[in-house]
Amino acid sequence: MADLLQQLLTSPIGRQITSTLSVPTPPELRRYEPGQPLAHGAVLVVGAAGGAVQGAVTEVLTGAGVTVTHEVTDTAGEPAGDGRPERFAAIVLDATGIERSAELGQLHELLQPVLKRVLPSGRLIVIGRPPEDAGDAHARTARRALEGFVRSLGKEARDGTTANLLEVVDGAEGDLEAAIRFLISGRSAYVSGQVLRVGSSPAGGLGTVDWDRPLADQVALVTGAARGIGAAIAEVLARDGAHVVCLDVPAQGDALQKVANRIGGTTLQLDITGEDAPARLVEHLRERHDGVDVVVHNAGITRDKTLANMDRGWWDAVIAVNLTSQERIDDALLSEEVLNTGGRIVCVSSMAGIAGGRGQTNYAASKAGVIGHVEALAPQLASVQGSINAVAPGFIETEMTGAMPLVPREFGRRMNSLNQGGLPVDVAEAIAFFASPAAIGSNGDTLRVDGQHLIGA
Amino acid sequence: MPETRRVAILGGNRIPFARSNGPYAEASNQDMLTEVLDGLVARFGLQDQRLGEVVGGAVLKHSRDFNLTRESVLGSKLDGATPAYDVQQACGTGLQTAFAVGDKIALGRIEVGIAAGVDTTSDAPIAVSEDLRRFLLSLNSAKTPMDRVKLLGNIRPGMIGIEAPRNAEPRTGLSMGQHMQRTADHWGIDRESQDELAVASHRNLAAAYDRGFFDDLVSPYLGLTRDQNLRPDSDVDKLAKLGPAFPNQDGSGTLTAANSTPLSDGASSVLLASEDWADQAGLSPLAYLVDHETAAVDYVHGDDGLLTAPIYAVPRMLARNGSSLQDFDLYEIHEAFASTVLVTLKAWESEAFCREQLGRDEALGAIDRTKLNPYGSSLASGHPFAATGGRILASAAKQLDERGGGRALISICAAGGNGVVAILER
Repeated sequence: MADLLQQLLTSPIGRQITSTLSVPTPPELRRYEPGQPLAHGAVLVVGAAGGAVQGAVTEVLTGAGVTVTHEVTDTAGEPAGDGRPERFAAIVLDATGIERSAELGQLHELLQPVLKRVLPSGRLIVIGRPPEDAGDAHARTARRALEGFVRSLGKEARDGTTANLLEVVDGAEGDLEAAIRFLISGRSAYVSGQVLRVGSSPAGGLGTVDWDRPLADQVALVTGAARGIGAAIAEVLARDGAHVVCLDVPAQGDALQKVANRIGGTTLQLDITGEDAPARLVEHLRERHDGVDVVVHNAGITRDKTLANMDRGWWDAVIAVNLTSQERIDDALLSEEVLNTGGRIVCVSSMAGIAGGRGQTNYAASKAGVIGHVEALAPQLASVQGSINAVAPGFIETEMTGAMPLVPREFGRRMNSLNQGGLPVDVAEAIAFFASPAAIGSNGDTLRVDGQHLIGA
Repeated sequence: MPETRRVAILGGNRIPFARSNGPYAEASNQDMLTEVLDGLVARFGLQDQRLGEVVGGAVLKHSRDFNLTRESVLGSKLDGATPAYDVQQACGTGLQTAFAVGDKIALGRIEVGIAAGVDTTSDAPIAVSEDLRRFLLSLNSAKTPMDRVKLLGNIRPGMIGIEAPRNAEPRTGLSMGQHMQRTADHWGIDRESQDELAVASHRNLAAAYDRGFFDDLVSPYLGLTRDQNLRPDSDVDKLAKLGPAFPNQDGSGTLTAANSTPLSDGASSVLLASEDWADQAGLSPLAYLVDHETAAVDYVHGDDGLLTAPIYAVPRMLARNGSSLQDFDLYEIHEAFASTVLVTLKAWESEAFCREQLGRDEALGAIDRTKLNPYGSSLASGHPFAATGGRILASAAKQLDERGGGRALISICAAGGNGVVAILER
């Protein structure tokens, strides 16, 4: 899926020009396809002293058929048997034992010698503990330092390699599998420089998980499913086994029915801002499906104008669609108990909701509100063994961004660590991760899918 | 008689109706029929399912459309092993297909089926003149090139001509509007009441759209999201300015472009099933198709108007069901013309007519007019002939579901003096 400029840049002549001008060449990212091995090579798992998850991670990877190495036997200057040093699909660094700033030196010690041994589209995963759970000030300081380390690592990484920090709550060492699988695989191709938190899954355990079809026999609702990111979400959830109820406004019904028919789902034409929309949605999900397991709030609109020039109607429309409707629907789903026990809600926020955007006071307010909504509802969802999380996309190649003027579009595309725009499927994969029953330990989180865009935290 | 089962109406899907040569000008009957089938498949998750039967039809068909419904099924997301056939009964087609599917369900022959209808007056078949047609046939059957050259000598300028389908009765040469104007005059239906009915139709349909009634009945198509003919701001004063559309010889006439349905393009479909099937699919019936009657009047040799067959059909069906005309919560009477509806009601209210023509002791009586076409009808939505039955059936069933129960009477008149009527119950 290379755009024209990307094609030009990767052509032989283009490469010459770009190296002269030092424009970064966008690497082709390894994305997930059914049947694909979890990792495209061996994974190096190393640990700082006192690390608590190295064993659990090794177990997960080995169980998934991945070759795991713990020690680097050859050094950069010393070729292995085939004449080249061994290269890794991913390096996982267990930093849960780091509780003092002086111990951070182990990051350098463990990673510096092997960083150049990572394959294209490689993964650098540092596992730490949540800073606010630390026992003392020094531990909290050291834990917080990991975030800056990983964010910089993401910016230094080349060839589609990503770096992310996984924060494991004490006692959740056994609940890492979904997050590890997501971050190692091609599903997280466009996620870099991020912090993902994993807490304990509800008592009783997860039972057996079918990792190829984690949503088998489950019902998922996707709003705004007629096109763009919403259609990609519907497709990925269906691929993961869900029956998808594809919702969009009645005026999008023709595009919506094509999506539903492609994935074996059903359509629901509904304006979610309507007064009776939550009630109608509740009735539909109850009558047709006896409840719902996954709800994805993707429907969203933009009405961009600087606040000084924006009329009230544009403000209201954006807040109503992007934020208020989600609140009203979630309130109804929870109070009417239509969301099945253990259900997951995933909201689509935006880079603008984190960093703001010129001409987007309304949009950014709505998308920041979504992050607040997710944080606010997390305890309530936890009480029904469920979860609510958000995904914040950056520059994603859609009809909407395709209509942007050339220069802002090219800048928007390239202003991130992966030097390219993301695809709708990248957002969909992150949503599918939060939507999977095994990821229930993540709750109240917002994950950016933006290739580590330069704007924002 | 074998034991029969209840026939559940589960839902419907149609595209907005377009005016002739409007947004659907390039769409064929097969395109539109496939589209509504796919929309129904998507709404009810029927992808790759083999249904008992799909019965559909169109009034205006190209010769290549001899297997229109089957071809549409093959092009749809349904399992290609779903059988299908065409029905053609003028404007009764759409409802007649539901009778066909419903009766097979009632008798246990099938569990689930789709009734559908489509028509385009834009992409209409055109025939060449009879002389030219015979000439072309002979040219086609000539055996040698020399024979063909000889035949070419027979062609005459007068043979060049085309025949487009006309909205006219073959036996009278009169258009349907001319027939209706005569019937309206015979019954003394005034202009004002026709215009009032037309305005009510537009306002009711617009209000139903506004409150989302059609959200799960209509899917957009080719840029159209609502019926193109709909005029929410229609008012009696504006309508009063129009001249007669089908004037009598003296130039008089009460039928106008506004109180007559325009030529339209569109398609509709309805999902029908046994209660068992619906239950297993997790679908709750909107209503049940209880009974139906197809009738005709001899408008050629007798005094009856072309579009008056339902006047006879309804009382027969009511008698069979032990019902009176007032036993209904909803009356869906197809507005071929505003005057069609008014004549029908007036006939049922006329003691003389009911005695003499229907053989009754008394009139059927008046109905509560607030229950008549409460969400608009063909004057506002438009009337793609074979698609109207499906539009009315799904809409009536949903209205009964919304009110939590009740009975609906459906009446549709058709060319050739035919008429189809049905009772729904919830």
